[in-house]
Amino acid sequence: MTFALEMRGITKRFPGVLANDHVDFALEKGEIHCLLGENGAGKSTLMNILYGLYRPDEGHIFLNGHEVHIGAPTDAIRLGIGMVHQHFMLIPVMTVAENIMLGTEIVKGGFVLDRNTAAQRIREISRQYGLEVDPNAYIKDLPVGVQQRVEIVKALYRQANILILDEPTAVLTPQEVDDLFTIMRELAAQGKSIIFITHKLGEVFAVADRITVLRNGRVVGTTRPSDATQSSLAAMMVGREVILTVEKQPARPGRTVLEVRDLKVLDDRGSMVVNGATFEVRAGEVLGIAGVQGNGQTELVEALTGLRPSVAGHVMIDGVEVTNVSPRRISEQGVAHIPEDRHEHGMVGKYPVADNLVLNTYYRPPFAQGFVLNHRAIEEHAWRLVHEFDIRTPSVYVPANNLSGGNQQKMIVAREFSRPIKLLIAAQPTRGLDVGSIEFIHKRLIQARDQGVAVLLVSAELDEIMSLADRIAVMYKGRIVATVEAEQVDRAELGLWMAGVMSHPITEAVGAAEPRA
Amino acid sequence: MNPVAQINPGGRKRFLNRARGLGLFYLVLAIIILVWTLRASPPDSLSRLGLGVILQPPPLRLTVPTQPSLIVIGLLLGLTGLYALFCSPPERATSMLLGGGAVLIVLGAIIAAATDKSIDLVGLIKDSVRLATPIMLGMLAGVMCERCAIINIGIEGMMLTAAAVGYMVSLYAQNMWLGLLAAILAGGFMATLHALLTIQLMVDHIISGTCINILAVGVSGYIRAAFLLKNPFGAPGLFPYVFQGTPLWDIPILGTILFQYQPMVYAALVLVPLVWFVLFRTPWGLRTRAVGEHPRAADTVGIDVFKIRYVNVILAGCVAGLGGAWFSLETVGHFDDLMTNNRGFIALAAMIFGNWNPLGGAAGALLFGFADALNFKFQILEVNVPYQFIGMLPFILTMIAVAGVIGRTTPPAADGQPYRKQ
Repeated sequence: MTFALEMRGITKRFPGVLANDHVDFALEKGEIHCLLGENGAGKSTLMNILYGLYRPDEGHIFLNGHEVHIGAPTDAIRLGIGMVHQHFMLIPVMTVAENIMLGTEIVKGGFVLDRNTAAQRIREISRQYGLEVDPNAYIKDLPVGVQQRVEIVKALYRQANILILDEPTAVLTPQEVDDLFTIMRELAAQGKSIIFITHKLGEVFAVADRITVLRNGRVVGTTRPSDATQSSLAAMMVGREVILTVEKQPARPGRTVLEVRDLKVLDDRGSMVVNGATFEVRAGEVLGIAGVQGNGQTELVEALTGLRPSVAGHVMIDGVEVTNVSPRRISEQGVAHIPEDRHEHGMVGKYPVADNLVLNTYYRPPFAQGFVLNHRAIEEHAWRLVHEFDIRTPSVYVPANNLSGGNQQKMIVAREFSRPIKLLIAAQPTRGLDVGSIEFIHKRLIQARDQGVAVLLVSAELDEIMSLADRIAVMYKGRIVATVEAEQVDRAELGLWMAGVMSHPITEAVGAAEPRA
Repeated sequence: MNPVAQINPGGRKRFLNRARGLGLFYLVLAIIILVWTLRASPPDSLSRLGLGVILQPPPLRLTVPTQPSLIVIGLLLGLTGLYALFCSPPERATSMLLGGGAVLIVLGAIIAAATDKSIDLVGLIKDSVRLATPIMLGMLAGVMCERCAIINIGIEGMMLTAAAVGYMVSLYAQNMWLGLLAAILAGGFMATLHALLTIQLMVDHIISGTCINILAVGVSGYIRAAFLLKNPFGAPGLFPYVFQGTPLWDIPILGTILFQYQPMVYAALVLVPLVWFVLFRTPWGLRTRAVGEHPRAADTVGIDVFKIRYVNVILAGCVAGLGGAWFSLETVGHFDDLMTNNRGFIALAAMIFGNWNPLGGAAGALLFGFADALNFKFQILEVNVPYQFIGMLPFILTMIAVAGVIGRTTPPAADGQPYRKQ
């Protein structure tokens, strides 16, 4: 049989990296084909080649048995290939219809935009595939799940027969993920072929017809969900047996270290995104804050670390009021911070590794002597941490930007752990990292906990929360809607709280959650 | 990453929202007007406001008692301010209050200036439109560039070069229209330079614009010294009045306001709605705005980001060239060093004032033109209000507008950022 799409021997080199190494990939008509692999495995490179954003150094692409050359996204669009990017390619200040018609506008009278006809076509597509969107709504007013639908409609509007979905579930609630899967099955049933890129194993079994696993730019194998298990796929992705759970002893919580009462914080646009959050973290425990991205977690962490003022409420560390004090005063209370956006808040990319390792202590002896920095002390300190935390760098004088994501994150962790701390605030500490670095950072978090540090872990990855946290607080629309012992909940229940479907009394005391079987 | 979000990292809810800021501003201004009126305006004076030169006497005009009129205006402005400050009017009403208050302020200024004198209102409007023309053209150039995310502070330099080159060609060719063509091309040439630097070489837009301005001073100065000071030809004159000799010219009031201009004025008045139409009603405009907001998104649907930027920036330079021709070929009749006198920068203020929309920008340009016209009038009449104060008013308004208190202004999201293909 002929495939809807066949990529043969695709090779793509970047300076110093072989991103795709003779990759073969075949897509049947009407199937959902999952492309699985770690970050950096070459999934995105392969899809960017298919969509005409990169040109392959070697290899051929066939559509329905005919060889095609895709030199630009326009070629891909013309050939019926549509892509929903991980970061949406939508313009917030324009309407749904304008975004969808952009580049393939309908005109009347030769040169005037025909918005009505475009809106009409969008409604037809919505009806045909069950993708509800309002053509006249502005993108900035739409929730993320709907924006994603707009992206899918945008591809269908261009008569795409092959849809590439690049990590589409990263920004969705578990319920929105289910909706997306329903849509994907409907599209496949109507003859569209779908390439679904992910690194989440659970999703593969929920929706895929076939699975191709990539590792280090090479195809490891293609299989069907019925022939695979989560651990067999994980081993294919990583190339060795992976321990999917984190080994840890039960927590032995001590005194309350961080106490947050009725905290209210505004976002950049002035809306109340943290709206009366109340919780506490005790020494020797990990409190995980679960929630879909954009429910106030970012602003909460910024307020706790002094990067953003709060408008009401209290933050206490060991009984000392630290509401709206400077980041340095908070840091000097013994608070470590692994920020969500490591490039923005975690490091100075152009500075060498050595300088980045003293960003929180440079002003104190031995690194500073009066007004002068002691470079010898800084260098010794840096080498010690580089060895202790296994930061892979040729020298401590390499700019931090030149390190890989995992090593940058290790550098930040090393810096934050390089002095005595009472409280660790870790926001999305493993986002975008390879499995090795994730294991390392998880181990370090549990180690800190066992040494009596109070750990606040904010993560959008439910798996991470469930494997690390001793207690879980669910954040929804700026509030902590539930606080429960980690052993007493399952994914489904957390999902409902994260979606705001179910409310739960905020439990303050340990074990006050309703007992469950 | 949204640059607007970074400007306001504190994210505090402001007490001073749009309506309150406006209210406060109007209230303070009302108090100043009332205090000044009661202390400095003579109680028995009359203000005469002329309505154009009419051939037959008696001349058409409005006469009002100065002090009472000013008090009424001050009180009305104060009420407007109080309403905006305490009644939290909806967004639409706030815009109307802004416009209404502006009319009151302008009226007050004219009445005060005409104390015991006569000011020709119609002539004032005509001068405002005439003086707004280069600002309007510069504003359009700015909007066309920034809508596709190229910041252009080189408009001043583009206009100056165009003024010099246009005059030189019209002098040596002894043909004004060839001069105009040369001015347009000179503006376009300078813009091409800016486009190459910013789009191709990814030079910082502000630095490139500054270079254009400095280069223009040198080039135009050289042209003047080498070709214009000593030349074998007579002055080529000025552009003709378009409607002179037609019946339209002589219509009372309307004829003066609408039909007594030279070509650049009409070029500006036609281009404003044209640019607006292209930007908001055509595929080209949609693509231009998309490139200004999110070039990567435009690229993924097959839009050529570089082409959109080049075409917009070069055409913008041509429009700025028209603005340059206004100085040397339409108004003054020769070329002076630095004759554009910062109008290119004021054009950018008008653009921001109009929130990157050609129609709003034109309103801003008219406001600045009016301030210029009023300035000249005040100097001629020797009014006892320092005329510099009137000259300052539009800039105070702009600063408030830019600060986001009266009306939020939002530049295109990708403004000033270079674009690299993947």
